[in-house]
Amino acid sequence: MSLKGRYKEANTHFPLFKIQLSDADEGALLAISNEMGLGLNREEMTHVKTYFVKKSRDPTDVELQTLGQTWSEHCYHKTFKGDITTDKGIIHGLLKSYIAKATRELDHPWCYSVFEDNAGIIEFERGFLIASKVETHNHPSAIEPFGGAATGTGGVIRDPLGVWAEPIACTDVLGFGPLDYDVSKLPRGIKHPSYILRGVVAGIGTYGNNMGIPTVNGAIIFDDSYVGNVVVYCGCIGIIPPGKYVKDTREGDIALLVGGRTGRDGIHGVTFASAELTQESEETSRSAVQIPNPIEEERMKRAILSTRNQELGSGITDLGGGGLSSAIGEMAYRSGCGVEVDLEKIPLKATDLAPWEIYISESQERMLLSVRKENLDEVLSIFKTEDVLANPIGVFTSEKRLKVRYQGYTVADLDMDFLFSPPKIRYKAEWRRKTFPEPELKEPKDLTSHLKKLLSSPNIASKESVVRTYDHEVKGNTVLKPFQGKYAGPNDGAVIKPLDDSWRGVAISCGINSEYGKIDPYWMAASSIDEAIRNNIAVGGQRIALLDNFTWGNPDKPDRLGDLVQAVKACYDFAKAFETPFISGKDSLFNESPLGPITPTLLITAVGIVPDIRKVVSMEVKRKNSLLYLIGVTRNEMGGSAYYLNEKLSGGHLPKVDGPLAKKTFNRVSKAIDNSLLLACHDLSEGGLGVAAAEMMFSGEWGATLDLAAVTRENLERNDLILFSESNSRFLVEVTPRRRKEFEKLMGDIPISLIGRVNSKDEFIVKGINGTPVVTTSLKSLREAWKNLKWSR
Amino acid sequence: MVSMSKNRVKVCVLRVGGTNCDAETKRSLVELGADAEVVHMNQIVEKKKLEEYDALVIPGGFSYGDYVRAGVIWAKEILGKIGPNLKTFLEEEKPVLGICNGFQVLVETGLLPGIEGISPFPTATLATNFSAKYECRWIYLRHENRGRCIFTQDLTKDQVLYMPVAHGEGCFALPKENEKKLLDRLIENDQIVLRYCNRDGSPAEGRYPENPNGSIYDIAGICDPTGIVFGLMPHPERAFYGWQLPDWTSLKELPVYADGKQIFKSMLNYFKNR
Repeated sequence: MSLKGRYKEANTHFPLFKIQLSDADEGALLAISNEMGLGLNREEMTHVKTYFVKKSRDPTDVELQTLGQTWSEHCYHKTFKGDITTDKGIIHGLLKSYIAKATRELDHPWCYSVFEDNAGIIEFERGFLIASKVETHNHPSAIEPFGGAATGTGGVIRDPLGVWAEPIACTDVLGFGPLDYDVSKLPRGIKHPSYILRGVVAGIGTYGNNMGIPTVNGAIIFDDSYVGNVVVYCGCIGIIPPGKYVKDTREGDIALLVGGRTGRDGIHGVTFASAELTQESEETSRSAVQIPNPIEEERMKRAILSTRNQELGSGITDLGGGGLSSAIGEMAYRSGCGVEVDLEKIPLKATDLAPWEIYISESQERMLLSVRKENLDEVLSIFKTEDVLANPIGVFTSEKRLKVRYQGYTVADLDMDFLFSPPKIRYKAEWRRKTFPEPELKEPKDLTSHLKKLLSSPNIASKESVVRTYDHEVKGNTVLKPFQGKYAGPNDGAVIKPLDDSWRGVAISCGINSEYGKIDPYWMAASSIDEAIRNNIAVGGQRIALLDNFTWGNPDKPDRLGDLVQAVKACYDFAKAFETPFISGKDSLFNESPLGPITPTLLITAVGIVPDIRKVVSMEVKRKNSLLYLIGVTRNEMGGSAYYLNEKLSGGHLPKVDGPLAKKTFNRVSKAIDNSLLLACHDLSEGGLGVAAAEMMFSGEWGATLDLAAVTRENLERNDLILFSESNSRFLVEVTPRRRKEFEKLMGDIPISLIGRVNSKDEFIVKGINGTPVVTTSLKSLREAWKNLKWSR
Repeated sequence: MVSMSKNRVKVCVLRVGGTNCDAETKRSLVELGADAEVVHMNQIVEKKKLEEYDALVIPGGFSYGDYVRAGVIWAKEILGKIGPNLKTFLEEEKPVLGICNGFQVLVETGLLPGIEGISPFPTATLATNFSAKYECRWIYLRHENRGRCIFTQDLTKDQVLYMPVAHGEGCFALPKENEKKLLDRLIENDQIVLRYCNRDGSPAEGRYPENPNGSIYDIAGICDPTGIVFGLMPHPERAFYGWQLPDWTSLKELPVYADGKQIFKSMLNYFKNR
């Protein structure tokens, strides 16, 4: 039987097909899945077939599409929920066994709702809650950089909104191919990194700026593996007033669709996101990218917050991946209800959409509310005042079924329990430690040019010209901004003061390192966690919660999954070690292009609480004659370092994390900040001590002489390695001589080294271990090196 | 509707879809004792009357997405729906302040610069920045008004202020054919209020980024010939408290307020002196 014969047009005056599955063999099932863009595999299609055979009928296109969306990697996270066979036994769900397990075992009372809703929710103060979410939008941004990145921002803003939180800050972390990448080496269908960068940056800026949500923190990193597959992480933090988090959808409640119209943009976005990019993606998947309209979302946000404040809604969720098909089913399922939907009540952008298109479209700026019947009129009038469409499209029922009608005709009728229990997928993971030879690099006599080269290298250089295109000031609550000091040095994290009548703040920071991912995914993850937390600690954050975002290759390939298992194990180990629970996360797998798989990349976002924002510490050196202390131990851990990378070397000994020592160090630094002992505090990351010290000095106008002989170190007697080692858990801090004793006493047994004193000269001098200077330069020339990144080819 | 207290100045902070600086603008006014409320344009048109308020503030944002040219759509809506009310409002000498997008709106309504009185069409424009991009940064401003503008009465002549700008279309421009003549009129009328400058107060002379957008004569804010309508690109509501300053962590002591406060304070003082 040809595939065509399996699609039977229903006797309706609108396009509706029934698909004959009853006699389809595995080959035919897979062919149907491919042709309809369902993205379901053999096991899943067989499961679907069995269900309909039992029901003695054929499924409609609406039903199959609904299943394809609901069971997609993007919506259901089957890799993180599936069984994984490793050579050490079976893992029953990565999320449950590692990431969420750490949170469960830590059992912090301030974790309000984790891994449950649209965003992770923690307590703030006096009943106020903070909701956080970070998403990826890699594939759409690779096809259409502006629209992809803008809708990534728009989508993540709807996540806190989807738990009734008012969005108060956005973050973005971006990964691009090298901006000087040779155009002639680009495979067909892949856009040049500098073109992608321009579009992505404009998309993020446009959405956040238009919505009036400050973009306060982020990073831009470059890696060859991002050429074929750009990395776009968008995050959003929101606040919920006491008692306003309501999740009480009941039988009889009205399903109210609010926001923009539904169109043909964003069809099959999730199935597209759950497959590798190919040369044809440009042509075949362009319509999977949605079209952004931030002003629509701004108005919708206002109406939703009014509805929340007047306590007129009983439930809310965001329409993201899978559109209505995913949102409405999930809302019903989680509330133990069924739902009946009438698709013709949905306002459309074009009149010729088929029912299945209406139901799975991912058109942006839409959300779903559940509202008690008696409150409906009031809610409708709120949306009218804000010029936002709001349409009752269905009713929640006691029958646990999903019923979808179109013009009176039932186009889908599925049992909720079936819809939300896809077959568990079994995966196979393999991991073998890769060995990398330690390179031989002769110690250079003078390190001045090496330091400058590091400062101007793409991963370290100033991103000011991009970051200033994002409004980081709107709402007037940004206490610590992306840039600091007269010469705009890079702060470690951002601090927001969300409540007018409180000095309590929220510190937002991140950790990411693609170079380490090439060597060892376990220690890459450990380093990202350490970096995110120490950035947060450095600005005054405490009681830190984490968010994980994996960008990985195809998990159906055992080696990619083996890497993922390693990274996830590190997430458990170090969340426990630091007592920092994961509260939310999102994975983006299938990041592969004709250029190969992406470097395993884990973004860790840290959200901390600042007890009193008046204690916040910035990174620039502030006073003449003050003392510079290096906190932590410097080790010979040069693998994946920026120093090696600049010499086109890699190495294998990447930085590790000594959990107990790191935790103790972070606690003492927090205490030092509490006691106002630190004038400045800066984290050491790419480029190590050399880069961190240079940044602290050139952001202001004070000079310094540093002494490498004083650095507390292990097995390290080379100036270049001491200066550029990227050992974790280290800070460089400025302390006034007056409080030296107090500071040293507080630090106690934590390794600290007094490595220099601030002077008023325009100079930056580093003395080597034998006393002769290895770096001699002016602040001005360091500054120039740092601000010298070329943004286009 | 009666205002809550007879002594409190009732301020309307107007908004439409895309306005996004209303909350912090209201906060600044309330902190100084005003009875400020954020009101949607639809509410003004349908229920409330502009006449109920003592002052009008048009805050920053991207009204209706600024999809035509910044401020145009909202300006036309204001003229079309509450034009006569606004005229009465001004005749009663009630102040009108436009910040960022609000400044763009006031220029598009013809209220600013209003050299020959309210114009039926815009006589100046806030064009795309010379840098061709949206930019958020702190800049220095010199107060150059000789006494006309009621929003800067608390400032001394030549006082230097520190405030952030955040816009893509802030380049104040006049028709090329009589640019010089119009600029002279603005100066002569005492309509120039704030100019971008260097840290020491010396003129930016068009240099980037001190003059962040390429405005003619480094213009950051102007008033109408009566001094009761004022528009500026920088955001005083984001420079209201000391902790909003970009360099407060370097200061020996955290100041309670920052320079933006004086704009709102002056506006409210106007009612005391009336």
